[in-house]
Amino acid sequence: MDDLLVEFLTETNENLAELDVALVRLETVPDDADTLSRIFRLVHTIKGTCGFLGLPRLERVAHAGENVLSRMRDGALRPDPALIGLVLTALDRIKAIVAGLAASGTEPGGDDAALIAALDRAATGETTTAEAEPPDGPPAPTLTDTQAGPTVPMAPAPTPPVQDAAPPPAAPPRAEPTAAPAGPAAAAQTIRVGVDVLDDLMTLVSELVLTRNQLLQLARTQENGAFTVPLQRLSHITSDLQEGVMKTRMQPIGNAWNKLPRILRDLALELGKKIDLVLLGAETELDRQILELIKDPLTHMVRNSADHGLETPAERRAAGKPEAGRITLNAFHEGGHIVIEIADDGRGLPVGKIRAKVLAQGLATEAELAGMSETEIQRFIFRPGFSTAAAVTAVSGRGVGMDVVRTNVERIGGTIDLKSAAGTGTTFMVKIPLTLAIVSALVLEAGGERFAIPQISVAELVRAGAGSVAEETDGLIERINETPVLRLRDRLLPLVSLKELLQLEGGEATEEPPTIVVTQVGAAMLGLIVDRVFDTEEIVVKPVAPILRHVTMFSGNTILGDGSVIMILDPNGIARAIGVGAGTTGRAEPADAVVAGGAQRSGDRTTLLLFRAGGGAEDAPLAVPLALVARIEEIPRDRIETCGDTAATQYRGRLMPLLAAHPALDTAKPHQPALVFADGDRSMGLLVDEIIDVVDDRLEIELAAARPGVLGTAVIAGRASGVIDTGYWLTRAFGDWFRPAAAAAGPPRLLAVEDSEFFRALLVPTLAAAGYHVTATASAAEALRLRDAGATFTAIVSDIEMPDLDGFGFARAVRAGGAWAELPMIALSGRATPADAAAARAAGFTEHVAKFDRAALLGAVSRCLALPAAA
Amino acid sequence: MSTDLLARPGAEAGERQFVTLTLAGQMCGVPVLAVRDVLGEQTIARIPLAPPEVAGSLNLRGRIVTAIDLRRRLRLPPAPPGTRRMSVVTEQGGELYALLVDQVAEVISLPGAAFEPTPPTLPAAWADYSRGIYRLEKTLLVVLDVERLLAVAQVA
Repeated sequence: MDDLLVEFLTETNENLAELDVALVRLETVPDDADTLSRIFRLVHTIKGTCGFLGLPRLERVAHAGENVLSRMRDGALRPDPALIGLVLTALDRIKAIVAGLAASGTEPGGDDAALIAALDRAATGETTTAEAEPPDGPPAPTLTDTQAGPTVPMAPAPTPPVQDAAPPPAAPPRAEPTAAPAGPAAAAQTIRVGVDVLDDLMTLVSELVLTRNQLLQLARTQENGAFTVPLQRLSHITSDLQEGVMKTRMQPIGNAWNKLPRILRDLALELGKKIDLVLLGAETELDRQILELIKDPLTHMVRNSADHGLETPAERRAAGKPEAGRITLNAFHEGGHIVIEIADDGRGLPVGKIRAKVLAQGLATEAELAGMSETEIQRFIFRPGFSTAAAVTAVSGRGVGMDVVRTNVERIGGTIDLKSAAGTGTTFMVKIPLTLAIVSALVLEAGGERFAIPQISVAELVRAGAGSVAEETDGLIERINETPVLRLRDRLLPLVSLKELLQLEGGEATEEPPTIVVTQVGAAMLGLIVDRVFDTEEIVVKPVAPILRHVTMFSGNTILGDGSVIMILDPNGIARAIGVGAGTTGRAEPADAVVAGGAQRSGDRTTLLLFRAGGGAEDAPLAVPLALVARIEEIPRDRIETCGDTAATQYRGRLMPLLAAHPALDTAKPHQPALVFADGDRSMGLLVDEIIDVVDDRLEIELAAARPGVLGTAVIAGRASGVIDTGYWLTRAFGDWFRPAAAAAGPPRLLAVEDSEFFRALLVPTLAAAGYHVTATASAAEALRLRDAGATFTAIVSDIEMPDLDGFGFARAVRAGGAWAELPMIALSGRATPADAAAARAAGFTEHVAKFDRAALLGAVSRCLALPAAA
Repeated sequence: MSTDLLARPGAEAGERQFVTLTLAGQMCGVPVLAVRDVLGEQTIARIPLAPPEVAGSLNLRGRIVTAIDLRRRLRLPPAPPGTRRMSVVTEQGGELYALLVDQVAEVISLPGAAFEPTPPTLPAAWADYSRGIYRLEKTLLVVLDVERLLAVAQVA
């Protein structure tokens, strides 16, 4: 195949993709002159080039199509769906011919007479257009092409005599591609470069970076060498070059979405549905390679959403939804990854059906299913061979569904998860790495081995102090029953020893105190105890061998400047392995762990501090979420001062009120442990007998409280433990702890929607103590029933992650109409990233607050109540 | 895949070439076409949490090679300390693997007539990874099934 033809094919394929998009847009906005003239130009270009290259069949089809477009552009024809359908058919034919060209290098034979005639009739204004042509392409497609390429429709007979059935219609088009002034094709000085060239460049640059690093390392040992200056220059140039090459590989994700409008348009016709496609974040850039790999899974998911997710217009009307279903694709960066969400507002995943199928296929037992949340059951769709479509349609439901998608996503180091609520739709979240081949990483040592950790996930480094001075407790590693924690700026940071985590036995104990690498995993922080920290280095991430893929604590490996091979730590994997942050980043869960079975519901795990107050060691311990505790102190008994019936101590230059967690505390010891709760510059201490442990467990309160200050009993780490009501203690220490900024005239009425009993029990007293009248419901559905029953409120506080109807769905339901449509709504979420906040606002929430953040919640409530618009 | 050369053991097979190596005194062979490189003693970086058969990874001219300890894989006693072990580099699915052995000897051509299927009485650890046996003049040569040897993850 000669170069000219190759270039023509590349260009034409690009043009065709653009044409698809433009035509579908034209259908919705028929009067868009810009779009129309762009379409015309593109078709004209194709026609012109194939005339030049001697491709008569292609030229005739393009020519006939161009005639119709030209009449449309001149305003002689209205671009109605039938007409556009016809033009699309012509495009499909062009595509088929181009595919044949690509496969064999020559134009495939075929009869286009009927199509051309239909186009010509349309061009002359006859509206009986499509009859001449079956909608799905060329007549009698018989596969005679033996080549392995795409199947090429060929007529059974050799090329029939060409009837020159294209009498140019009335107005011969203004043939010159007179570029419209603002046409997007106008500028852009680009050249086309083969992808393999770029890939080679990338590899070379990676190697260059490594060599540069090696040189720099050598140079470090020789001061003032003659090489210092040129080496520095080399270093800079290498960095720039690296950046430049990297840029050439980045492409907006919109490129992968180009085909979707057309696919959905065809699907909508085929399925008799109305579908709106919303594309957000199309400009988000990611590596070309990943883009290629993610294209097909995305397309598959969108087709699924259209086919299974969305209801028919009639069903939607019956459900009180707008007739047109909506599929939203949203791409954005999040913590070094790209998240792509595919959301539909359809019927949601049918939990019942999935459950039945799971049972039928023996994937889980009834008992196992009973212990699973709806989301867990829904996740079975990622299992191989699982398809819920009752009828296998042409569109999807062939049984190779989401498991293939999942496999493909995981192959590139991504994860996939879903959330779905009956009646309000399904959202798939695909998280894929940016995998820029080169990253900046921190090299560290633990247990005699060196590791790299991506700089992007390192928040800070803390040198663990000797901690001799009592006041200077920051930087001191303390142990709560062997579990190390670190006080870091009034916070307790959970720590994990990398050496123990990776089961390393090497490396003798060093003299110097260990260093703590503070990493940010989603919303959670985690400290890694390491022996030593070296430099940061630019590293080329290489995937680990497949036989090591199951070790999720590594994201890859690399070769350092000195030639040694080291592993790259994956903070997400580490956090998952030890359960930190799992409660707040449900999305980050590895899909395989999810599929592995319902034994653990890590999504609901909370890090809890266990302690004892009153009673003997055999009595039930008490528990409190660690996140609520600012610090743990040992207060010398002689420093506890009592004044009347209240106790206090001088703490950091202030008087801190102390309360005993139990009236019968053991007061014999010289020091009394205290949990310090802080809010701004106020803090209070809760005196306890003994700190027992820090554990990760599900927090499910099973028995109601027996005494004040305790919410109830939960089984934590296998023991029944009392979960304390921090709200109660805080209010006792400071009557006004939760006093709102502005006291309203009458008590404002708040509705709190929260499925977790624990948080409900925390939320209600918090808000009540702040002077609000609070009504709490355990589900969004219950809340909506209140609305329908005519209850009135001043504002709504709602959890996001709830079974059935989640917070987003609830917000949308509230905003959709009814008496509460104008009420301020505050989202409470375990996840407090800007993206979550944006999602909450998009769903209709006024404010978005992290679950544990009382001050923010109360601030948000008082702000919302101050809003003038509140009905 | 070059190991397919032996897809039909015992058939009219002509001459085959093998890289011979020893493992705890036993002579073994790997089809020569499956071998990318033969390496002397290498610095091998340990990989924490990896299956025990995975000795670590090494740097082969800028490519990372995963080293598999064949003694461990075949459940043989560990090499005596101080042994300078060699490795045979092979490729599977675009990844390089170094098979850590005691000694790599030479490349020999063997006639198909000398080939026998694996005796069923061989211990499982060997039988699993053997594609057959060649009768040599003084000794027997076990043809190693490289693909199976590399399927560590599935076994571990």
